[in-house]
Amino acid sequence: MIDRIRTLLSGHPMIPLDFSALSDDANLYDAGLTSFASVQMMLALEEEFDVEFPEAMLTRRTFASLANIAEAVSQITRKAA
Amino acid sequence: MNVVSKIEAAAPAAAVEAPAERMRRVVAVAVEHGDAVDREGRFPAETVEALKRERLLSVAIPAEYGGEGLGTAAVADLIAQLAQACGSSAMIYAMHQIKTSSFVMHGTGSEWHRAYMRRIAAEQLLMASATTEAGIGGNLRNSICAIEVEDGRFRLTKEAIVISYGNYADAILATARRAPDAASSDQIMVVIPNDANRTIDRTVVWDTLGMRGTCSDGFHLEAVGNAAQIFPKPFSEIAAQSMLASSHIYWAATWFGIAADAFNRAQAFVKAAARKQTDGTLPPGALRLAEAAAKLQEMKGHLMAAIHRFDAAQVDAARGDDAALSSIGFAAEINALKVAASEKAGEVVRIALLVNGILGYKNGTPFSVGRHLRDTASAPVMISNDRILSNTATLLLMSRFDTSLGG
Repeated sequence: MIDRIRTLLSGHPMIPLDFSALSDDANLYDAGLTSFASVQMMLALEEEFDVEFPEAMLTRRTFASLANIAEAVSQITRKAA
Repeated sequence: MNVVSKIEAAAPAAAVEAPAERMRRVVAVAVEHGDAVDREGRFPAETVEALKRERLLSVAIPAEYGGEGLGTAAVADLIAQLAQACGSSAMIYAMHQIKTSSFVMHGTGSEWHRAYMRRIAAEQLLMASATTEAGIGGNLRNSICAIEVEDGRFRLTKEAIVISYGNYADAILATARRAPDAASSDQIMVVIPNDANRTIDRTVVWDTLGMRGTCSDGFHLEAVGNAAQIFPKPFSEIAAQSMLASSHIYWAATWFGIAADAFNRAQAFVKAAARKQTDGTLPPGALRLAEAAAKLQEMKGHLMAAIHRFDAAQVDAARGDDAALSSIGFAAEINALKVAASEKAGEVVRIALLVNGILGYKNGTPFSVGRHLRDTASAPVMISNDRILSNTATLLLMSRFDTSLGG
């Protein structure tokens, strides 16, 4: 899951982070993630996994690291299944 | 018994009188000097001295560090009270309180910051902020300058194009990149006391339409010091969890107070005119007064709702659940408060001017609202409303509007 997310976000022109250099738990905000880029990230994830993040998950913490994102996406897909 | 004596020992002797009562005396000072501060564009030294004398600079600091532990609503009330006398003084007091909230929410994990909070209370120190910098285009979540830390010491040089009351503050809280090789948004905040370890040289003079007494000059700032002066939390967290909300709430409280005073002047004008009319008619501006009252009420309702939301989120955060505080929806709501309050304050003052007519337009009458008009003109440009709206537009892609009325 994390690898799929890493690949997806690495190829995104609007998210200027070097995901190959970031560990699963690295804080993406500290690495330069802006609120604009985090929205782009959410939109890309929703498109890729065909899901919609519920309001309760739309916090800074959800998008703070690749591990957090993977956890959130798997939670949503589990619920949808 | 032990608990009681502990509480008594922690409470400062001067704090027996209610803060609002002490602020009333400060307001009297601010009323006396407000016009001169505005005309001369000078620091409201008498008012700030009175704030210190009344120990009002430490009201929001927890009692265990020598303060009075006031919450957001109580602090906002004090700001609005002062704003009815002098917009510049109130904005200075508001900015000090925003910096205080950073200490209270993000400084308790560090011995240095806990000790400095005790000093703020004991010595009534005034805090200022150096977040803006030449070249960042107004986005305070970016820094060009970087702090350099070596062997427990730091060194920082910053081209701060705005430090409100920088020449008069007892300490400046400055942002910078965490290290020379850090990303522009990977920032820290450091406390720089006004001592031999820092120099500030004025590079830009604050000569403006309004808020003239804030003396928000630009400075070349150089400082060295103990690395422990750096806040233990990253600035991204401080900005999102305390600064954004406290800034917009305390700024809005300032604008609300200014607008309320303009409203009071218009109301006094209408009453005076009504008394002169024997046929029971009201002056033509009377209808406008009702319109202004509705707008003032909207401002108040919005502000109170935001304070309520922030306080609830802070209570959750204190219990270890910061989901509400860091939610996208909360950020969008707080942004909306800034935009709405800044626009509405100007509208209320403009209506008051229409009501008061030429006596409102002239300086030095009991109905003058010129200073109110100029002071509130700063509101939509103090972090541009357009910048905030475009940020909110982005946030709205990832949040839904909360339609709950609290039932």
